[in-house]
Amino acid sequence: MNPSNNNIETQDDIGTTGHEWDGITELNYPCPRWWVWIFLGTIVWAVGYWYIYPAWPVISGDSERGGTKGVMEWTQYKQLEESQSEIFSRRAENLEKLQNTSTKDVMDMPELYEFAVVGGKSAFKENCAQCHGSGGGGAKGYPNLNDDDWLWGGSLKELSKTIKYGIRSDHKNTRNSVMPPLAAVMGKDSVTKVSRYVAGLSKGSSSTAEGAKEYKQMCSACHGVNGEGNRIFGAPKLSDGIWLYGKGDEQQIESQIKSPQHGVMPAWIDRLGEDTIKQLVVYVYSLGGGE
Amino acid sequence: MLEKHKKLEKNSILLLIFIIITISIGGLIEIVPLFRLETTIEPVKGIRPYTPLELAGQDVYIREGCYGCHSQQIRALRDEVERYGHYSLAAESMYDHPFQWGSKRTGPDLARVGGKYSDSWHVQHMINPQEYVPESIMPSYSHMATSKASLDDIGSHLEALRVTGVPYTDSMIENAYTDAMAQANEGEANTKDGLLKRYGKNTIVRDFDGKAGFVSELDAIISYLQVLGTMADLKDYNPDVVE
Ligand code: HEC
Ligand code: HEC
Ligand code: HEC
Repeated sequence: MNPSNNNIETQDDIGTTGHEWDGITELNYPCPRWWVWIFLGTIVWAVGYWYIYPAWPVISGDSERGGTKGVMEWTQYKQLEESQSEIFSRRAENLEKLQNTSTKDVMDMPELYEFAVVGGKSAFKENCAQCHGSGGGGAKGYPNLNDDDWLWGGSLKELSKTIKYGIRSDHKNTRNSVMPPLAAVMGKDSVTKVSRYVAGLSKGSSSTAEGAKEYKQMCSACHGVNGEGNRIFGAPKLSDGIWLYGKGDEQQIESQIKSPQHGVMPAWIDRLGEDTIKQLVVYVYSLGGGE
Repeated sequence: MLEKHKKLEKNSILLLIFIIITISIGGLIEIVPLFRLETTIEPVKGIRPYTPLELAGQDVYIREGCYGCHSQQIRALRDEVERYGHYSLAAESMYDHPFQWGSKRTGPDLARVGGKYSDSWHVQHMINPQEYVPESIMPSYSHMATSKASLDDIGSHLEALRVTGVPYTDSMIENAYTDAMAQANEGEANTKDGLLKRYGKNTIVRDFDGKAGFVSELDAIISYLQVLGTMADLKDYNPDVVE
């Protein structure tokens, strides 16, 4: 190929930039018009943006909290507040009703009840399901919330207290109780006897069976004479087949006597607030075990 | 003009000098605001440096790459605030080196996970996440239960952080190891008082993993998780008030 044919300069009347390196030159095409306009436009836009929105750090106006503020005084916090108040105003009617109605009366107001259950359900999913299971079915060490078996009580009032302040939590109003390690006091023999007796309770052990005497002495103050439990201490019923820890076999009961386990439930009042807790109470109540 | 530019292009030293000048302008514009970083940190009460045990926990957090799935930054958006609580403040991560804001949320944000669960829940959840959340894809970290927390050089760790501006005092550095043991309830009698004096009476002192006898990585990471998002006194916080 003839090298002179490669020189585009001769085929076009654009001209070159004037740079020349070892015979190589550079064509001097102008930038496309549309591109130039967009470029200028962004500069104008930026100036307008600085004027309207917070933009420049360090340079502070009247505020120590650095940066220019812009004439709209926009902040993400104000924007958050606005978007929240939009939702709040949609909920306001029901929320206000909820605040002014005792939880007990909510049960008789279908619309408000519905509102509370739906709100409670979504709060439950985010905050409670990890421990109590997504349907409130519980797990080992975490009680089932949809049956009639309550450690501390299933009335609206008791539920409210439990959820607000927690159980053995950091809150000063928390529910609290301790099952003491009794094995050392009782001695090995007696521990075995009582364990067998308690394991039999749910299967209908009689009060004259072996171990009954020791049970009455050591355990009945909290768990009840017939193993019916005591809600003041959150002491579980031992005479039903529902167990917080394990399956209620002798071994499990023996280990509870030797080194008692204690469930901890966090307090929610500071995290969730009164309104959400009211909805949660109604929701948990609605799961089927409410009293 | 073009002729002058030609000179620049043909003299490498001159070119170098001008390149440096040009880059410095851009560099300054990026760096200068950092000298006034304090103006971006909100005045809020309650933020303290991490205790040595919490710091050891943060080390484990970083080593295991928890930030790959968890963020620690609640943005000021309605749905985030609804789900996770009060939006994060810059002040809340001012002693994090490196900060753990993260950018990926395979799991939930952890900025306010402190106090949300019990210690024993965390223990089980770290060992086997699927036990409580069957659909979870979080891996098991059961090795933490049996590994000793790395506390032997925790004092030098505090010292290094002090260089970056974290206000650790001499007595905090000196007592770092004792404080770590005390917080996990493995210290000698009355070492607890010193810890509470140095880090405040709200410091959580517990046997976090429920296993007496030694301070595990599980102790460390749970102490860290339990303090996340709990320090700032948010009740008194108002974004419009300038100190
Ligand atoms: C960290 C795990 C955990 C979380 C999260 C949790 N709970 Fe609990 N909850 C427990 C434990 C453990 C108990 C039982 C405590 C005991 O042994 O006395 C309990 C007990 C309860 C009880 C009392 C049950 C009874 O039989 O009296 C109610 C009601 C309850 N939880 C509701 C909730 C609600 C509502 C939420 C969400 C806001 C929630 N829990 C979140 C662990 C948790
Ligand atoms: C001071 C009161 C108290 C005394 C005395 C006591 N307990 Fe308990 N017990 C409790 C409490 C409270 C719990 C619940 C712990 C929890 O909620 O985590 C409990 C739990 C249990 C459990 C677990 C129940 C389950 O559902 O898994 C068993 C079993 C048990 N106790 C057996 C006994 C036996 C046997 C004795 C007597 C040797 C005894 N307790 C004495 C308070 C007591
Ligand atoms: C593969 C991604 C992945 C990694 C890595 C990971 N997680 Fe998770 N994490 C999840 C998912 C998904 C969930 C939600 C389901 C659950 O609770 O298990 C979760 C939940 C959690 C929760 C409960 C949060 C809440 O509010 O419910 C905590 C705490 C947690 N992770 C801590 C950690 C720690 C600490 C590490 C590092 C040692 C870690 N995670 C590593 C995916 C991950």
